[in-house]
Amino acid sequence: MRELITMVVVLTVLAAFSGGLLAGLRNGTAAQIEKQQLEFVKGPAIKQILEGASNDPISDRFKILDGDVETSFFVGKFAGKANTVAFESFGKGFAGEIGLMVGVNLETDKIVGVGVTTHSETPGLGAMAKDDPGFAAQFKGFSITKPIKVTNDGGQVNAISGATITSRAVCVAATDGGNMYQKLKPQIAEKIKEFNK
Amino acid sequence: MAKTITQEFTKGLWAEIAPFRLVLGLCPVLGVTTTMENGIGMGIATTFVLLCSNILVSALRNIIPQKVRIACFIIIIATFVIVVELVMQAYAYPLFLKLGLFIPLIVVNCIVLGRAEAFAYKKGLLFSIADGLGIGIGFTLSLAALGGVREVLGTGTFYGASVFGPSFQPFEFMIQAPGAFVCLGLMLCIMNMFE
Repeated sequence: MRELITMVVVLTVLAAFSGGLLAGLRNGTAAQIEKQQLEFVKGPAIKQILEGASNDPISDRFKILDGDVETSFFVGKFAGKANTVAFESFGKGFAGEIGLMVGVNLETDKIVGVGVTTHSETPGLGAMAKDDPGFAAQFKGFSITKPIKVTNDGGQVNAISGATITSRAVCVAATDGGNMYQKLKPQIAEKIKEFNK
Repeated sequence: MAKTITQEFTKGLWAEIAPFRLVLGLCPVLGVTTTMENGIGMGIATTFVLLCSNILVSALRNIIPQKVRIACFIIIIATFVIVVELVMQAYAYPLFLKLGLFIPLIVVNCIVLGRAEAFAYKKGLLFSIADGLGIGIGFTLSLAALGGVREVLGTGTFYGASVFGPSFQPFEFMIQAPGAFVCLGLMLCIMNMFE
């Protein structure tokens, strides 16, 4: 009986101590990790989409809470006016979620550019969505208010050969992003005013 | 056969060098050593976990009950692995992206658990520190050597810098998994020749 109690006590104390330590460390590093992810994962896509912006889109950002999902919006200033936002949207690819950064012009509601951020697609096939700039370039100029589809499904996007599922997922991510954008547009317009001062 | 602290430390560098002599922990050894940088990063991460878990297991060896010792070891090891993962994410993000999956797998690395069970649980604190450091550094050196050889042959670079110039045709076999086995075998063979 005594042995049993010792075992339970030792395990409980160890687990509690470990949990506390990790929770503390997690809180301590959360801000730094977010910064690193911005720089290395989302940063390149954002910079490419908002190319030529006069500000730093990575530091000029705001968050909007939609239901229980919080989305970051990155602001791009062109010709002195903050009129473009970039945000991340997700679609289900061949091997897990594909993150897509979508840049939209607030005045025209048109896509200024997209870029894949995170994915675990097959190298050489699905991964071309990220590696081949020609694929993402097709999205430029599309209206965000209409669904975006690959040519097989009656849309305008040429799918990557051998990676239809990935191509569809990117289109779904863009379309979902568009829906979210339309829903949140009043809030986005409100928030972006601060950057125009 | 009582060994001195120095002997406990140096045995990990040659006589019991983990991937070659003990043929342990091969999953990260073969998985991440496509470049020397990855190998060193993985080696340092494993050394940190090994050293910390050895210290804690050795310090708590009179408190941890015999029957649940493995569970206790796993809690201790897993804690340090998450510490490494978070710190690497926060301060060495590009390396984290490359090593990704292999960091959480340190938890089940048999070298770490093996040293806790076979050594730290039975020996004093100083001996355990020496053992952890020795095995860890030996592991790091093995990964660095294997990574270096595979990187030079497989991609024509050494620690990121080009060795043979642009005309070099990379020997791609070496950066794939079978190449890792062949390379490991040849290096073990060379080690045996020196014995």
